[in-house]
Parts: sequence; structure tokens; C-alpha cells
Amino acid sequence: MRDLEDFRAEVRAWLETHCPPEVRGPADSEDASIWGGRKAVFATPVHKAWMEAMGAKGWTAPEWPSEYGGGGLSREEAKVLASELRRINAQPALLSFGIWMLGPALLKFGTEEQKKRFLPEIVRGEIRWCQGYSEPGAGSDLAGLQTRAVDQGDHWIVNGQKVWTSYADKADWIFCLVRTDAEAPKHLGISFVLFDMETPGVSTRPITLISGKSPFCETFFDDVRVEKANLVGTLNRGWDVAKYLLAHERTMIGAMGEIGGGRPLGQVATGSIGTDEEGRLDDTMLRARIAELEVDAAAFRLALERTGDQMKAGQAHPAIASMLKYYGSELNKRRHELLMAAGGIDALEWEGERSHEGAAARDWLRTKANSIEGGTSEIQLNIIAKHLLQLPGA
Amino acid sequence: MPLILTEEQTMLKEAADGFLNENAPLAHLRKLRDSRDADGVSRELWRAFGEMGLAGVIIPEAHGGAGLGAVEAGVVAESLGRTLTPSPFMGSAVLSARVLVEGGSEAQQAAWLPKIAAGEAIVSLAVDEGAKHAPGKITTTAERSGNGFRLNGSKAMVLDGHVADAVIVVALTENGLTLFLVDPKTAGMEVERTMMVDAHNAARITLSDVQVDADAVIGTVDGCEGLLEGALNLGRACAASSLTGAGDQAFLITMEYLKTRKQFGRAIGEFQALQHRAAHLFSEIEIARAATLGALQKLDAGDAAAPLAVAVAKAKAGRVAELAVQESVQMHGGVGMTDEYDVGLFMKRVRVLNELLGDAGFHQDAVARTQGF
Repeated sequence: MRDLEDFRAEVRAWLETHCPPEVRGPADSEDASIWGGRKAVFATPVHKAWMEAMGAKGWTAPEWPSEYGGGGLSREEAKVLASELRRINAQPALLSFGIWMLGPALLKFGTEEQKKRFLPEIVRGEIRWCQGYSEPGAGSDLAGLQTRAVDQGDHWIVNGQKVWTSYADKADWIFCLVRTDAEAPKHLGISFVLFDMETPGVSTRPITLISGKSPFCETFFDDVRVEKANLVGTLNRGWDVAKYLLAHERTMIGAMGEIGGGRPLGQVATGSIGTDEEGRLDDTMLRARIAELEVDAAAFRLALERTGDQMKAGQAHPAIASMLKYYGSELNKRRHELLMAAGGIDALEWEGERSHEGAAARDWLRTKANSIEGGTSEIQLNIIAKHLLQLPGA
Repeated sequence: MPLILTEEQTMLKEAADGFLNENAPLAHLRKLRDSRDADGVSRELWRAFGEMGLAGVIIPEAHGGAGLGAVEAGVVAESLGRTLTPSPFMGSAVLSARVLVEGGSEAQQAAWLPKIAAGEAIVSLAVDEGAKHAPGKITTTAERSGNGFRLNGSKAMVLDGHVADAVIVVALTENGLTLFLVDPKTAGMEVERTMMVDAHNAARITLSDVQVDADAVIGTVDGCEGLLEGALNLGRACAASSLTGAGDQAFLITMEYLKTRKQFGRAIGEFQALQHRAAHLFSEIEIARAATLGALQKLDAGDAAAPLAVAVAKAKAGRVAELAVQESVQMHGGVGMTDEYDVGLFMKRVRVLNELLGDAGFHQDAVARTQGF
């Protein structure tokens, strides 16, 4: 392994050249986020260049093997890269369900051909993916999904409907769970397939949420042709792929509130409410609630770190992702309840420049989905009870 | 540093668990309690602790100890939390040993550290006074008198103070806090044993014109605040370890019960109402464990953020252990209320550990101050 400090110097020099001021510091708005894809919209040409430079380096997926376009870094090197990016407040070069969810599943279950074809374009941000899991009749009971794939020899014809498909209207390809055996027990008749969102018969309809925003869509499949070469894993064993991917998704959702940055809650509260003569928040009841949350959040960050270390040491149970998802999402909801209380009347504004178009209120409402998406809190508790506690009948 | 125990630390944990399970399981606590033992704590067991190298875990090798750190002390404290064993470990091997290691004169160290490491001496730290832990509000005074000091005031929650061979008294001097190493037999020292709800013992000590020599001072006159805080923080992190151990042990006992107790023709652990509460509790315990280990590691690294991490750990482990023992008694139902079942013992111990060295409120206030709100 290369010396880590040499590597740090190398990273630092490279970032000096390739990470300009426009992509450092807090993003101006959500629109500045870089998601890539064929329909990519960039805030400025600099944002585009930033994504492309990082993608070419493989540093959008630092630990993926370089033969698939990844950075080929060790865990220690990846930590160095992350800390250097944090040091200069670099904005993420690429937000991607391909990197967070599909990639790990392809690396584990994909054929060599699939890895070579799909992973490099994920790393470079050329193709944006969405996730076809939930259906109107299959939410918590995900394995009850009914989207049907009928065998046509070298391809399937897919019919059905997905829902809560994040950014389906902006995505290029979908990783999708379909039923390939209607007779088998529900977990044993599902396959994991990939297809282009431009395939004839695919249509999407954004859903307006309580936040007033539409990050989720309904997605419809009407006689959609899916090539058999795009089956990931074994036919009718897609549930294994789905579960593996879910563990990654859950860890990501659990960690979201803690790695999101943003101003510390106590600071937000003192800024809007003020302090007493001893410098304490001038609302003793709220102060106690915030302090309690900050203790939980600090402890949870350590649990995230510890779980990562346990995984590396081969000491972690895969179901521990459910614990992180459950705890992290509930914590994030609590944080935003307190942010609303800290903002008080000011946080109630829904429109206008002063409130950044109601950012506080909309973010607060958005977090309510954290304990629903990727499996509800109740589903996570079921998984913990069954797999980690081995309680009977769970 | 990875947030997991090293191989050596895991071996220490196994050794401590093994030793305590064999020599001082819950039956040991019950025996001391039910026989109304004169001391409420076993000197014989304390010596065995010394022979095992556990009493001197943080004492330098030059003074007969193992020369290890906070993580190792926390490992032992967690084991003690699992067996609820009354032991001078916290008062002598953690709090007092830390004060003497960091601030004691050569003579004080030579006189006491080897004896603590051998499990031969019990040395107690007398800091608390009122109903709550408040080291910032000490009222016991030490006035210069003759070639030494005259101490006046009263102390409470002095761990093992009723059997102590020496007591370290925290007192106000002219311009700050000073620590004094006092022989409990000195005239004017009145020591009253307080048997607590968990059958562990502490003492109330009244000091009336207690005359001590100048060489009783540990460290520098008026300058002991940092010395005290360092010891208290180590103690708090170890208390968090004991809380995690006690909470986790009560949880494990309760999981066994959920799998074996049958009602309505099935194991009660099949009921989702209980499964979800158990799963929530599991999550909380994992998080408390991470917070505790994080604090101990930061103490060993001399990290500037260690005091904040300790406050987080003590608050979190305290609240989680409190939840664990309440859920344990409730899930056991009627038998959980009986003296015969063990879960009640955990509830009592956790109450004491929560009050010891600052409860969750105390530490959450510290977190808020540190974060500037």
C-alpha cells in the first residue's frame, strides 16, 4: 500500500487544480446538486467539469475496482480522500442511486459483462438510475409485488406499476423487481432486472408530497420489452439481490441526517430565540430537548463509525443496517421537529425569499418519509427482532 | 482507531467476566445483603481482584499496577455492571487511583498505589455534598491552621467510605479547590455507613475541625480543579460502562424470558408488541455501547473532545440502562416484581449508577454548554 501521507499530498494537489471555488462551500440551492445522467442539468459549466474530473479519476466511487471505472482505493485511502474533500468543503461531485445502491449489488451479483457495461457509466455520472421496488399493493410487504414479466424466449414483456420511484422522471435506467414466477411462494418468484426508461411502454407521473415537492413518481409499465441479458443474479432469486441492495440503502438513509451538515441545532435556536445572561438558550424546556437530541446524535454517529469498523473486521451482522436505518431516520425526524420549534414563527413561512421558499418547513415535512422509505421503522424492528434477537415467530 | 476492542482488550474482558462469574456472581451480592454483612463488601474478593491484576488496571507498573488505560478500566467496569458486584473498584481503583497517579506526591504514591493495586487498601473520594452531584458547588472548607489545614463540612455518596483506609476530601481553599488525603480515624471525622437501594454502600462523612498536616495535600493548594475533573471524567466513563453492562445484562436475561415464558399457548416473544420494544431496546444498547467506547478511547488519546464525549456517554448510557431495566421488569410481569428474580436487582443498581457522578440531566447540560446553547 502506498504511504497514506504521500497519497494525501497527491489528493490535495489534484483538488487544488480540479476543485474550483464554485463547487466549494454550501451549495446555493438544491438545484446545484449534481445527479448526472443523460438529462443532466448543471448549475454552471464548472459543476459539470467537477463531476467529469472526479468521475474520470474514479473518485465518485473511490473503493470500487479500477477495472470497472472505480477509484481502486483501499478503505484507508478512501478515508483520506473523504477527509480532504471535507477539509475544503467540496460539494459532492455526484449524487447517485447507481453508486449507493445498484453498484454494490452489481459488484456482488452481476456478470462480468454487466459490471463492465454498467459500472463505469455510473462512476462517470453518465447514466442516472432509479429504483423500481414499491408498488401500490406492495409497500411494507415488498415481496408481494405484482409487476409481471412474461417469458418471450430471449426477452420478457413487463406489465405493472411501481410507486414512490424516486426521481423516475429524471432517470435514464431503472433497476426493477418483477415477478417471473406467479406460482412460486412470493419470495421465490421475483427477479431483479435492468432496463432503459426510454423503452416504449414506460411512463412516469410525479407525485406531489406534503412538502409541496415531487421527488417521487408513479411509474407505469405497459408491454415493456426487457432483454434477458439484463437479469441480475439468478432467475426467481431476485429477492436475494433486493435484500442486499436494501441493506446499502438503509445504511445510507440512516446516515443521511448525520452527514448532511447544516448548522448545529443549538446555534439555530440561539440565533432565533436568543440567550440569557449566562449564554444559555432563552427557552429552558427547548434547551433540554435539544441537548437530549444532541447526545443521541453524537452517540449515533459513533455507532455508525463502530458498525463500519465491525464490518471491516468481519464482526457485523448484515441486519445491523436495519438498526442504523431505524435509529437514524427517527433521529432525523426528531431533529427537524426541534428545528421547527427553534425557528418558531419564522419557520412557518412557506414561500418567499426570506425563508428560502419555505426551506425549513419543506425539509421538516420531507423527513417524515425517512421512517417509511427503504422499509418502515416497524419493518426494521421486525428484522431486528427476527435476525438479531432471534425472537420466536418473528 | 477502530471503535472495537483490541485482541488484548477482548482477552481482558473475558478474564474479568470469567473471574466475576466464578467468584462474584449475583449470588455474592445477595449473600452480602441477606447476611447483613458488617462491611457490605468483601475484602477477600478485593484482594483476589488485586491478584488478578484488576485492581491496579490504571496504576503504573512501577507501583505494582498493570499500567493500562481508560478502555481497560471500562472493560472491568462493564463486567462489574453485569454481575452487580459490590467492589471498591470505582472508588479506589478508578477515582482515587487516578487522583494519586496524576497528582500524588512520591510519598503518597508509594504509600497507597501498590496497596490499591494489590487489593489491600480501600481509598475513597469524597466529592458530593448535596442531593445531586455538583462538583462546581463544593462548600466544604479547608482553612490554613498551624502547619496544615482545618477541614469543615459534610460529604455524601462517598463510595465505600465506611471501610476506607484513607479518604480523599475535596475542599474549598482560599482561591480554589484542594484535595486532601485524610485518615478516617482523625479526630473530627464522623463516618456513617449508608446502605443504598442496590445493597452497595457509601458513607456520609461529617468533618468538624479536622486537622491535617500540609503533606496531606494532593497536588497544589487551590489548583486541583483539573486533577479532580480528570478523575471524575474517568469515573464517569467507567460508570457509563457499568451502566451499559448492567442494561445489557438485564436485556439478555429478558430476551431469554421472552423465548421461554408461555402465555396464550405461545412464547410471549412471539407477540409483536414485545418484539418491537425489544428491538428498540437492542438499538439503544448498541448506540450506548458505541458512545461509551468512544469516550474511553478519547480519554486514552488525550483528545480535547474527551470531556464532551464522556458527557455524551454518561447521559446516553444512563438513559438507555434506565429504559432497559424498566422494560425488563415490565416484560417479566409479576415475577419481575419479586425479590427472587434478578431483574429487580439491575433496576436498583442502575438507579444508583445513574445518580453517581452526574445524571443524564447534569451531563446534557454540559453538552449544551460545550456546544454554546
